[in-house]
Parts: sequence; structure tokens; C-alpha cells
Amino acid sequence: MQFKSMIISNVEVSPGYWRMRMTAPSEFPAAQPGQFVMVRVNDAIDPLLRRPFGIFDVGVHTPAQTGAASQPYLEMLYRVVGKGTGMLSALHDTDLLDVLGPLGKGFELGSPKEEKIIVGGGVGLAPLYLLAKELVKQSPVRLFVGGRTRDDVLCITEFERLGVECYVATEDGSLGECGLVTEALVRRLAVCDGTPRIFACGPHGMLNAVAGIAAQRNIPCQVSLEGYMACGMGACLGCVTPGHHHSNETPDYRCVCADGPVFDAAELKWEA
Amino acid sequence: MKPDLSVSIAGLELRNPVMTASGTFGYGEEFAEYVDLETIGAFVTKGLSLRPRAGNPTPRIVETPGGMLNAIGLQNVGIDAFIEKKVPFLRSVATPAIANFFGNTIDEYAELARRLDAIPEIAGLEVNISCPNVKQGGIVFGTDPQCAFQVVTACREATIKPLIVKLSPNVTDIVSMAKACADAGADALSLINTLTGMAIDLERRRPVLANITGGLSGPAVKPVALRMVWQVARAVSLPIIGIGGIMNARDALEFILAGATAVQVGTASFINPGAAQEIAEGMEKWLAENGVEDVKSLIGALEA
Repeated sequence: MQFKSMIISNVEVSPGYWRMRMTAPSEFPAAQPGQFVMVRVNDAIDPLLRRPFGIFDVGVHTPAQTGAASQPYLEMLYRVVGKGTGMLSALHDTDLLDVLGPLGKGFELGSPKEEKIIVGGGVGLAPLYLLAKELVKQSPVRLFVGGRTRDDVLCITEFERLGVECYVATEDGSLGECGLVTEALVRRLAVCDGTPRIFACGPHGMLNAVAGIAAQRNIPCQVSLEGYMACGMGACLGCVTPGHHHSNETPDYRCVCADGPVFDAAELKWEA
Repeated sequence: MKPDLSVSIAGLELRNPVMTASGTFGYGEEFAEYVDLETIGAFVTKGLSLRPRAGNPTPRIVETPGGMLNAIGLQNVGIDAFIEKKVPFLRSVATPAIANFFGNTIDEYAELARRLDAIPEIAGLEVNISCPNVKQGGIVFGTDPQCAFQVVTACREATIKPLIVKLSPNVTDIVSMAKACADAGADALSLINTLTGMAIDLERRRPVLANITGGLSGPAVKPVALRMVWQVARAVSLPIIGIGGIMNARDALEFILAGATAVQVGTASFINPGAAQEIAEGMEKWLAENGVEDVKSLIGALEA
């Protein structure tokens, strides 16, 4: 659906990373974890295209005073990387945005018996909070989060408040373990009972490593991808990613926007 | 009184002049949630080739000021999958569907025109001649009047359906291209396709697009498109479909003044999936407000 959304709050949660809460239609809180929105940051022709953002959270705010209507909302966690996100970060509460969504295919939650392992890097945490919120209702959840420095490790307190056990690794050692988050992931997998289920979102290199780790151990793994896209609905074909059997002779490109952004890692082609 | 928006292009009766541009509207179905397809004049489906085509590696698109570059590489499902999976939807829509297609050789173009001609759900054909001719050293059909003449002649012989030729703007003289296509039997011309451009990532010292170059579209190209529509309209008697950066009803009406009988909305549908419908409604409103009873009275009515 397409709707006008009013900003409720827009806060810098870590240098360069912002969290925005905005109003949403009453059907919106039914969005699946992993789905995304396309946001138009203004009505002008520059920036021209909408920007895609993972849905960080959804909910319904019930005002304290009696008689006031409850307000469905959505939240986005975003990093300022260019002009569009720069303009977004300069907006204030009561400003209006044009939003399309929820779009795409979200995560499959799996069965309650499995241990759930979430792996996130930097702003890749954006779609993982709503996922964790759903997963903790049925299974124990562990989050492995990585970043270059402590500034890139976002919203850990929020995950901990859900009861998620968090493991942090930074490349410069400024928070948690020094190194890559995949090292902590491998150690955990070695002591897991039964087969866990992995959910990951973050930089491509991290996803590539996680997909490899999961494939070696035969662990079901879903990844949420990013892509340059114009439309978000499968028309522009800008955001495609090669499927497992893709070749030039037998093309198998999947649209990140419409076939994903969440894919079973085994469906995609990864670098060895 | 409600203004008359209907126009006729190459024997196609359109309820209004607004069409969607190939490659920006999928196969129609993708946009059904946002656009009532029966409020627009016609829609053009994603460009088809004989065999499925992988397209280019990514990144395939990048935004530029007032526009975007794309190098999708004509990824498409191919004619067989189109007939099997996409045509059934077209049956349910009472709006002309126009199939855009392209080939690597003149024979491929003719073969596609023949096969599309046999599909009752397809109201008309739009041939994309902005492709390299692999048998002639890769020269782009649409940049050489003789090549364009040959390929359009072959398509004309293969179909009795309305045949629209989509012109490339990447030429020295658009009028000579238009004349060659008219001489070869085109029923209408649509212009412009994207303008070839590029974007550079200064820090990485690399092109942004994996394909290096891409096609520029969006509001940035509108002045060039208007100029070309105007030039062609004065030189050729075929109906013209204006394309290039149309974002709203005013843009569309400017193309009609420049000489277009209809328009195609492209990049705008990416930003606002309901754009084509809104533009059609906005045109009606503008005509009513300005006392224009029939949109046809504005075609080529530019005072210059």
C-alpha cells in the first residue's frame, strides 16, 4: 500500500545512524519481519527515487490520556550514506513522508524447537529487531552482531530487553570481542544442541561468510539482501541477484525487492 | 462538459493518450494494485527477445540529478514464457496491451514480430531498434537509417498489427531516422528511448554501473525529448508517442503541444506506481479548467 506518514520521532542513535518512528495505517503492523518500505524523502525531483529501508519495528501506540485514538506506527533504522538519507535525517516530527509498503518477502520463522541464531552487521540490524521480537515468543534467540567500531553496533539494549543473548564483535576491539562476528558464530554452532536456524543481514562479505558456514554444517540459513532499486516492486530489475544455478546461458536472476529481500541462502550463488 | 481525451494511434483507439513505457511497468500485473489499468490509454510490456535473456551484472542502476541511469541489459523471460505466463493476465484487462520487442539480427526481429502477431491479446507491437546488429559489427540498428529501414521493413512484413517504432535519441539526426522508419512502413513512432550516459565514483575511480554506461531517463531528459518530438512531428506525418521524463499532466500536455498524439510514462511509475493514472486524470482536469473540449485539438498546437 501507499500512504502518507507523519514522523513521530527521528533520533541519531549512534554517530551516523538514525532511528525514525512514523505513523502507519492500521493494517501496517501485520508486516512480516524482513519486509521493507520505499520512502520518498521529499516531493522534488532530486533526489528522484525512493529509498528502501528495512522495517525495524511496528506497533500500536496507546496514548496515556483516555479517549485519544491509538496510533499504529512503524520504525526504521538507517545510516546516512548520501543525499537522500542526509535529507531524511534532517526531518523533524510532524513532517510528512510518502511511503510504499510493506514490500517483499520476509523471514520464515521456523519451528519452536530450533535454537534461533541472528547475525547482523552495522545497519543490517534494521530488519532483525522485528524478527527477534517474533522469535522470542517461541524459542531461545542469540544475536551475533558485528561492526567496524563500537559506533557501528546498534540497539543492543533493545535486543537484550527482549531476552535475546547478545554477542558483540568489533574489528577494532572497541566493543566486545576483537575480530569478525563470524568467529563467535562458529564457536556457538560447535556447541549447539540439535540443528539451529540462522537469520542474517549485513554487509555482503559477512553474508557470504555466514552462508558458507551454514552450508558446511547443513544449517538452514536465511539472508536479507540489499540492492540498488528504483521501484521496489519487481519492475525495474535493477536490484537482481544471481540464483544458485545462474549462468548466462540459463539466467536465474532473482529480484531482491519482489523475490526477496529475504532468501534461503542455499537458493543464491555465493563466492567460494 | 467532460473533455474528450480519446486518441487514435496506428488504428488503436485509446481512451486517453497516457501509456506506460516498456521496462517500467513489468507485464502490467505488477502494478494492478496501484493503477486501475482501465483508466489509462494503453500499456507496453517489458521488452521481449526470442530466448530468455540474463541482462547485465549489477550495479545496474544509479540515480543522477533529476534522473537515473539504467543498464539492465534487456533482461526478460523470452517470448515462450511470456506467452505461457504473462499473456493470460492481459485477457482480463480491457485496455490495449502493446508488446515491446527486440532482436540481435533482422531475422530475430521478424520472427518475434510474426509470433507476437499471432497473439490475440496483443493489440500492437513496439519495436526497440536501440540494439546492436550482431551480423553487422554491432552497429546499433537505430543509429543508422539504412539499418533501421531494413529492420522495420522486416517487421512490417511479419505483422498486420499496429507497428510502433521506438527511436533512439543517441543519433546526430533524429529526423532522418524517423523518415527511414516511416518509409519502411511504421504506423507510429515513439520517442525517445534513454540517452546514453555514465556516472563515476570519484573515490574508487570506477564507473558506478557494472556495464560502465547506461541509459539516462527521468525529468533530466525531458527538454531533449521535447525537442526531438517537435522536430520529428514537423517532418513526418506519422502519429508520435512522446516519451521522456514525464512526471505529471503538465509534462504530458507539453509533449502533445510539441506534436505527440500520445505519451508514455516511464521512470515516474518507479517513484509513484500510480503515476500513469494520476497523469491521465490530471490531463482531464487541466483540459476542463482551460476550456479545451478535445485533447486532439492540442496535438502539435505549439505556437512557434
